[in-house]
Amino acid sequence: MSFPWKFELERRLEVSRWVSWGVPTLSVLAAFFFGGIILSLAGAPPIETYRAMAAGAFGSISEWADGNFFAVTETLVRATPLIFTGLAVAMAFRMLFWNIGTEGQLVMGAIAGTWVAIYLPDLLPWLPQTRWVYIPVGIIAATIAGAFWAFIPAIMKVKLGVNEIISTLMFNYIAILLYQQLYTGPWKDPEGFGFPGSAQFPEFSWFPKFSEIPVLNVLSGRIHFGFIIAVVIAGVLWVVMDKTRRGYEVRLLGENTNAAQYAGISVIKNVLFVMILSGGVAGIAGLSEVAGLGHRLQAGLDVGNGFTGIIVAWIAKLRPLSVVIVAILMAALFVGGDQLQISLGLPSSISSVLQGAILLSVLSGDVFTRYRLKITRVVVGAGVVGEEA
Amino acid sequence: MTTTQPETRRLVVEMRDITKKFPGVIANEDVTLEVRRGEIHALLGENGAGKSTLMSVLCGLYQPDGGSLHLALHQEELCETVLRSPRHAIQAGIGMVYQHFKLIPTFSVTENILLGAEDTPTVLDLKQSGARIAEIAERFALPVDPEARVWQLSVGEQQRVEILKQLYRGAALLILDEPTAVLTPQESDALGETMHSLAASGVSIVFISHKLDEVLAYADRVTVLRGGKTAATVDVADVTKADLARLMVGRDVLFSADKPDAELGPDALVLHGVTAMGDRSVTAVNNVSLTVRGGEILGIAGVAGNGQKELVEVMTGLRTPTAGSVTVRGADLTGKSAIDFIQGGVAHVPADRLGQGLAGNLPLTDNVILKSFRSEPISHRSFLNKKAIREMSIRLIEAFNVLPGDPDAKASGLSGGNQQKLILAREIDATDRLAVGDEPAVLVAVYPTRGLDVGAIEIVRDALLNQRAIGAAVVMVSEDLDELRTLSDRIAVLHGGEVMGVVDPASTSKDDLGLLMAGERLS
Ligand SMILES: Nc1ncnc2c1ncn2[C@@H]1O[C@H](COP(=O)(O)OP(=O)(O)OP(=O)(O)O)[C@@H](O)[C@H]1O
Ligand SMILES: [Mg+2]
Repeated sequence: MSFPWKFELERRLEVSRWVSWGVPTLSVLAAFFFGGIILSLAGAPPIETYRAMAAGAFGSISEWADGNFFAVTETLVRATPLIFTGLAVAMAFRMLFWNIGTEGQLVMGAIAGTWVAIYLPDLLPWLPQTRWVYIPVGIIAATIAGAFWAFIPAIMKVKLGVNEIISTLMFNYIAILLYQQLYTGPWKDPEGFGFPGSAQFPEFSWFPKFSEIPVLNVLSGRIHFGFIIAVVIAGVLWVVMDKTRRGYEVRLLGENTNAAQYAGISVIKNVLFVMILSGGVAGIAGLSEVAGLGHRLQAGLDVGNGFTGIIVAWIAKLRPLSVVIVAILMAALFVGGDQLQISLGLPSSISSVLQGAILLSVLSGDVFTRYRLKITRVVVGAGVVGEEA
Repeated sequence: MTTTQPETRRLVVEMRDITKKFPGVIANEDVTLEVRRGEIHALLGENGAGKSTLMSVLCGLYQPDGGSLHLALHQEELCETVLRSPRHAIQAGIGMVYQHFKLIPTFSVTENILLGAEDTPTVLDLKQSGARIAEIAERFALPVDPEARVWQLSVGEQQRVEILKQLYRGAALLILDEPTAVLTPQESDALGETMHSLAASGVSIVFISHKLDEVLAYADRVTVLRGGKTAATVDVADVTKADLARLMVGRDVLFSADKPDAELGPDALVLHGVTAMGDRSVTAVNNVSLTVRGGEILGIAGVAGNGQKELVEVMTGLRTPTAGSVTVRGADLTGKSAIDFIQGGVAHVPADRLGQGLAGNLPLTDNVILKSFRSEPISHRSFLNKKAIREMSIRLIEAFNVLPGDPDAKASGLSGGNQQKLILAREIDATDRLAVGDEPAVLVAVYPTRGLDVGAIEIVRDALLNQRAIGAAVVMVSEDLDELRTLSDRIAVLHGGEVMGVVDPASTSKDDLGLLMAGERLS
């Protein structure tokens, strides 16, 4: 016999305020609850684990009192690339252009930044070797590289109708292979004792750490200028999307392509514009990672920041300022999870499971803000309602 | 006359004191509606009166905030029912035919009807199902070819498929929301016949319409809504057109518009030998030459699908002609894009409101500036001026009495007629702005009064005549011959993409127009 219950998703016609806030909150709580069960099964005390996670991500009051903000800065460091890629994805998705190639665009930005840092000084010896020159030049190069990497799928889409989901995805692999080839082959540091990785960048191309910047130097640790750029770009994008003609065109295109064309708005121009913007922002993410942290091109760039950016953008409802917040929370989840291994000696798989549970709940919770679950009992033997003749 | 008097028939639907609120609006307040078995019941009311909302409650799409629903579609006794979803309503015997058909163009009629039906088996036996559909079609006199692809069907036939789909699912009550708005007069008459034969076999029908003549011709009883409340339920036999209009609007309505003699200006829009392809790469517009001068209204008549859509797209830069030239105010715009036509002085009221004319998810403010966001004061350099946008929105909302007039509300929350008013307000404002000196602007209006109530039609006709008076060149596409004859200075009749003739409405009878529309040239 068949299962006596029927589950159906039914579209909510009116999303009330309660639902739009309550459901995400509930789903996070649910995730922590189920996560807690998993933790207990694995033999870890849930409350203590969560406390350790929070402390790992944000620090503790006693640490703050000592002026130690190490945990917070680590979270912000982790958030920086996610802000960039989240913004990049949000811009493209707003126009219904499904750019899932931010990972590759990020990598291309890092490659361009590396080239500027290592090869430009020899090529243009007259260029003043200061941060005032090299950081802007690096940013421009990374932007161009990322934008170029996004431009190709975009032009393939508008001219040939090539599906951008496939092409941007494929472009990720090309970029990643190119990058791996470079740091293990032609760009490998000749004085690196055989370790894979480029030579270290000259110091004038490094992003300054907060500790080197007046006012911001209350924060020490690895946090760097890239975070500032990310937040500034979020602000700029918010202004562009909300207050400019271009933003209006993009908004209209995303909502109703026919209406936009009727208003004389060019689809091609805007797709190219948005993709250049999106790829450019993703490109800066790559530069920020190499010029702000490792100071060389080496393994560890292709860790999925581009893909996580999709989740960040989606949870942030494609809104630039929300992207910043969501990226920081997401980073806290990662950093806090990593801390579990150190502070409680839990296997790293546990923290991955926790992270997965939380993300899954928030994302599926989003479904329930738009749909409601309907459970009905299937009455055995009930026929179809007949016609009345 | 049917054998049983409608009054003696039992009730199958009773909506008691239904209330439905939206944020800031009470769409329905204590509305009562009774439908008898085998009755054709018309629902009448001004734009925004709450007709569509009431029907959405009846078909399970909206949950009412108050009141109760009693049904007797599958049993003799009225029984209180709560409809939680459209699916639930279908099971209860209620079928809704929306104005925008929900059919898949590349599927056959049979496949469309089976799609989503409750008892559709996992493995389809199209032959057998086709036979059953043909049998239902036969019984209710709804001729369609079950194997035809939907895109091959005319609008009237597609509507029949929608009706069949509901009957196939066992609907004993059919709801039709403005079914004739998209039909030609002939198709409307055919629908009237269909409704009568359905009613004769016991199906009850509720239909919404703004056309009082149709209501009088097809319905047994009428319920009039005004401002979300029931104004009256009357027998059609007891009322006149003027009575209905008064019940709806609350005052007397004039049915004729005064038209002074035309004062012709310079040529504003000239098409010369224009040929254009349709979406399926067949010639849709064939060697059309037309000249529209400032200060006149050129009507375009024709049965839907005879090239009107493509011709309008050529006139507005949305479609590039394959031959011929398009000149706007002396400038050759052949092959230019929509933006050049907009800036060259062409305004356009499109046929498809939510599909093309508006972005439903965006607020009224964003929709108001659709055409003007490039110019001062709406934007300065690259930046939008929020204050100017708000002022313009409020000005247009007031000028055309768009209700409810909250500029920050989503456009999709407006009733159909109010969406139409918003588009008209925007485009007519554009012609005011585009007119420079004695250069007349061009206004291409497609079905401008579709879906409007009698009061709003008055406003729109006045506005079009006013455009003509201030020297604009107006092109009006319509299927309503009476409207074309009252407003136009000349009427061009399209058939098969060709202009059959350009005639003077005063000296051409309706029958002659009908002949031209059918493709015969007048001798
Ligand atoms: N989804 C919605 N959200 C907010 N307001 C709505 C929504 N649907 C309808 N309304 C409002 O409810 C009122 C009634 O709308 P409804 O669509 O029922 O009118 P109508 O009688 O069908 O008008 P029309 O003849 O113009 O189609 C209007 O004021 C409308 O703006
Ligand atoms: Mg309506």
